[in-house]
Amino acid sequence: MSARETRNLILSALALGLAALLPFYDTGYLLSIATTMAMLTVLATSWALFSGPTHYISLATAAFFGLGTFVTGLGFQSLPFWSLPLIAAVLGAGLAALVGMVTLRLSGVYFVIFTLGLAELVRQIVTWVQNRTGQRGMYVLTSITERDIYWQLIALGALVYLVGWLIGRSRLGFALRIIGNDETVARHSGIDTALAKVILFMISGAVAAAVGALLAPRYIYIEPSTAFAPLLSFQVVIMALLGGTGRLWGPVAGVIPFTLLWEFIARHAPNQTLLLLGLTFLLIVYVLPGGFVGLYERLQRRFGGGRH
Amino acid sequence: MARTVLQVRDVTKRFGGLVAVANMNFDVTEHEVLGIIGPNGSGKSTMINLISGTFAPSAGSIRLNGTEIAGKAAHRIARLGMARTFQLVRLLPELSVVENVIAGAAFGYRRRWGAEAEAKARNLLERVGLGEVMNVPVSELTYINTKRVELARALACDPEVLLLDEWLAGLNPTELATGIALIHSLRDEGRTIILVEHVMDAIRSLCDRCVVMSSGAKIAEGTPQDVLSEPEVIRVYLGADDA
Repeated sequence: MSARETRNLILSALALGLAALLPFYDTGYLLSIATTMAMLTVLATSWALFSGPTHYISLATAAFFGLGTFVTGLGFQSLPFWSLPLIAAVLGAGLAALVGMVTLRLSGVYFVIFTLGLAELVRQIVTWVQNRTGQRGMYVLTSITERDIYWQLIALGALVYLVGWLIGRSRLGFALRIIGNDETVARHSGIDTALAKVILFMISGAVAAAVGALLAPRYIYIEPSTAFAPLLSFQVVIMALLGGTGRLWGPVAGVIPFTLLWEFIARHAPNQTLLLLGLTFLLIVYVLPGGFVGLYERLQRRFGGGRH
Repeated sequence: MARTVLQVRDVTKRFGGLVAVANMNFDVTEHEVLGIIGPNGSGKSTMINLISGTFAPSAGSIRLNGTEIAGKAAHRIARLGMARTFQLVRLLPELSVVENVIAGAAFGYRRRWGAEAEAKARNLLERVGLGEVMNVPVSELTYINTKRVELARALACDPEVLLLDEWLAGLNPTELATGIALIHSLRDEGRTIILVEHVMDAIRSLCDRCVVMSSGAKIAEGTPQDVLSEPEVIRVYLGADDA
């Protein structure tokens, strides 16, 4: 491990530790926003693990997330709570493997549309099953507080960063970067491109499902239309791209300002939140193609060029 | 007797009604440089794509060191010892020059990773004459240097067979001389190479043997000197009047 890696590892641990202290300072509004940020950070970071290097834009986050909330909704009375995110992760990975094997041969816009359709498909299936069984939504009444959820998310976030860091150093991570640059070259260099993509898609799906499982008690009442809301998929993509997917810390740099702005607009002009989503997207496309990470790297090259 | 490394038997490729490659047969022995030549559209590049696994042949057998590779996925064929360059150069623009070459070393036939892969990559870049520009971004490389990077990437897994798809095309006369000398040095190292080429000087000086294709079929095979004086070969290249 180089000196720089050790430094980054210590800095990340400090940042996470500091974030974990927040509930001692405030358990009201601040914690509520922080929990939302933690949730979106974990989702956006795990999304970027797959979509960042490969440039495959997945809109399936809501499908995995919704799956996770339903695992908790169905299991919280009969199973220990700690097992629910694990079960959700396994199911999420399974769903991702299934979808990945079918769709990762698709490229570009076809993949995007399919993943968007997937969330809708899962939602329709759940609704249909509920209609058949005469069930409506589900109450998830637990003694789990927002503070618990927040800490669980911080722990999951730490795990995601660790996994992302390990992947970045591994052959698998290098293979994904090659795939994102030129899939033909990747194949002819001996990379099993389908396998590499499916593995990463499974990791990202498993994390999103685990987040859903952890978050379910916060919603208290879950039903398909909220659990599988496609808005979440778009939020995650926009925030990850705003931060930048080139580095592990990119997504969180997008999540924090975006969530603050979103909260502000939701309070003062609740009908204009979608406008923010659209404007941010335009900003990314026209001004910040690499997100904040890209901006940082450009500035670093311009002003700190002598060091490299 | 020299060992046969690649064996192509009755290979045919159809795209719908178009027969791009028809009943091709040839062998490549160890340390041999085989040229595949022929006029435009004669199926040379398709032949290379069938060998490297870009497409699966419609019929026939291709064996690499005795293992059937016809119809196998490209990454499996690469792991069995095949490496190639592309007719239109394909580099990885977001990666550094060294990483571009490591990409060839990390997943193919002879796998290397970490410091070993990097040393191998730097070595090969020196070898193809890129010692000076190793730290230049890929986007700033000259045309011949992009071709050199691609060649180094293909060599990085120590392939059993190296496929060069018009590697010399598009070079100016000075670069061409450099390029031919480079391939010649690979030949002297004892590498087994199949090259698709239009440049006649290169074919004469580099190839031990040539396979001539026309309309997807083999019309001649032999030393460059012999095949280039065959009336049928002159006819397909220059038209009936000159034969």
